[in-house]
Amino acid sequence: MTTAALEPTVNRASVSRRRWSSIRTWISAIIIVLWCLLPFYWMVVTSFRDVGYTFDTTPWPTHVTLDNYVTALSTHWGNHLGKALLNSLIIGASVTIIALLVGTFAAYALSRIEFRFKGIVLGVIMGASMFPGVALLTPLFQLFTNIGWMGTYQALIIPEISFVLPLTVYTLTSFLREMPWDLEEAARIDGCTSAQAFRKVILPLAAPAVFTTAILAFISSWNEFLISSQLSSDKTQPVTVAIASFTGSLPHQEPYTAVMAAGTIVTVPLVILVLIFQRRIVAGLTAGGVKG
Amino acid sequence: MSSTAMGAARDSGAPPRSPRQQRGGLARAQRARNRNAFFLIIPSIVLLAVVIGYPIVSAIVMAFQKDAGLDAATGFFVQGGFAGISNFTHWLLQQCPTSDGGTTSCPPGNLGAQFWSSTFTTFFFTVVTVICETVFGFWMAIIMNRAFHGRSLVRTAILVPWAIPTAVTAKLWFFIFSVAGIVNSLFATKILWTSDDWPARIAIIIIDVWKTTPFMALLILAGLQLIPEEVYEAARVDGATTWKSFWTITLPLVRPALLVAVLFRILDALRMYDLPAIFGGGDATATWSVLVVQQMRQGPNAASALSTIVFVFIFLVAFLFVRFLGANVVQTTQAQQKGELK
Repeated sequence: MTTAALEPTVNRASVSRRRWSSIRTWISAIIIVLWCLLPFYWMVVTSFRDVGYTFDTTPWPTHVTLDNYVTALSTHWGNHLGKALLNSLIIGASVTIIALLVGTFAAYALSRIEFRFKGIVLGVIMGASMFPGVALLTPLFQLFTNIGWMGTYQALIIPEISFVLPLTVYTLTSFLREMPWDLEEAARIDGCTSAQAFRKVILPLAAPAVFTTAILAFISSWNEFLISSQLSSDKTQPVTVAIASFTGSLPHQEPYTAVMAAGTIVTVPLVILVLIFQRRIVAGLTAGGVKG
Repeated sequence: MSSTAMGAARDSGAPPRSPRQQRGGLARAQRARNRNAFFLIIPSIVLLAVVIGYPIVSAIVMAFQKDAGLDAATGFFVQGGFAGISNFTHWLLQQCPTSDGGTTSCPPGNLGAQFWSSTFTTFFFTVVTVICETVFGFWMAIIMNRAFHGRSLVRTAILVPWAIPTAVTAKLWFFIFSVAGIVNSLFATKILWTSDDWPARIAIIIIDVWKTTPFMALLILAGLQLIPEEVYEAARVDGATTWKSFWTITLPLVRPALLVAVLFRILDALRMYDLPAIFGGGDATATWSVLVVQQMRQGPNAASALSTIVFVFIFLVAFLFVRFLGANVVQTTQAQQKGELK
């Protein structure tokens, strides 16, 4: 009798507790989403605002105009955003391709072969990825000045390999480790040659891993600032440098709206990449455990 | 080694042979594996040696050379030469050359006088940002670890700050924190966030926390997802409160992943450059990296000495962290990758 009388109350209490906890989760989730997205939203909203209303605090777009985008892409005030986008693309693609070409072999060995000094090799690669870029800067600045490489593409690509290659090796190693390698053997037993097994079984399975690694490598190159800001010229500067040194029509006056437009142009491709490949990027980030 | 030999024995699957034969074959197989691995890994190692090893050695050599410039003693232009440890004492003891060939403490305004203040700035930023990011990151990870509709929306949203280049982040918040900007409007203040010492420091910490907490949250989340739900259920049955099960279950189990994430963030914060360089704040926010870049065009050899000091400091921090907190980066990440983190 007593248990029968008690049960409904207990249930009701636990149900209400569960509901309360799910409401709290929801509130927390909303706070997180707002905190992460509002600054980005503010950049986009401001980028569409007329210069005269730069500091308008209306939370939605007002005085909408595309002038800021025209200003951002114009070369009239010494900005080269269009060229900088191309430069970032050239540098990012080169660094990513080099790192993948070289790093794939190392990642294969680290994930598939048991060999001596494996821990040391992993440690070295890990250490390299955490290396302070500023320690490379001065000697490279001297070297590139002496051999006339200052402001060339190679002067920007080579230093970036120092952090993109370790990231590539690390992320790819952890992806390859999770691959069902038994399938390779199964294909061989079913009559495939070694090359066929690689082409028909391993490659299609590994392609997403390589692709994700490429995205992470490209993003980390795209976002680099320290080395590029010191070793690039007007002709080779990437977007990060172009945005940091963005100048407006009037001296000593920050062209906020145009900068927000430039920022939106630079960021939107990345945000789209993130939206499409969210799951993969999260997997890559946490597997590699290395900052992008 | 024994485990690798065992692995080899399992792999080979050949008919049983006499122990000696087997050992010889296994050793041969292991040697072949070592050789294959060597050839696969050597391109990466060589490339890293060129892009990292060369600059390091070069920086150390440069650090012991005098910078070309006007000699304080004679007033003549000198080409440099061997400097001994004067470049290092310039930073560590803040000694500048005097006209009589001796040394004196560097006057204010000289970059040498800024070494310890930039050390303070760097460590202050590191300690505060990493603590904030760990706490907020943990909170975000716990929320994302719960099952609810819209969880993937949260996971996508937190990737946005991570994906925005730091240079753009700095410019974006420069606008948000400008005198007439939204922060001052919302709080009806007139704080000079981008130029006053402490407001600029606080602003940079807020920006850095915004930008890098997602990374921390994702790493912690990866650790949380390895804890089986049954453990919590058992604790609940035993009458543990949420708070108690956090301290006695979540924290100890997630500790290895957390320590690695914190180590990464510490090393990353110690080399902070983009935010202070672009956002502003002048000397009050000048980190080590900012100081090296300022010095580089004035005297590359002194800058090399500084970057070598910074490198040694960062190495020491990493060493102490691993030594005393037992963060085993390689082992933890390997275990995490294999999904056997305990």
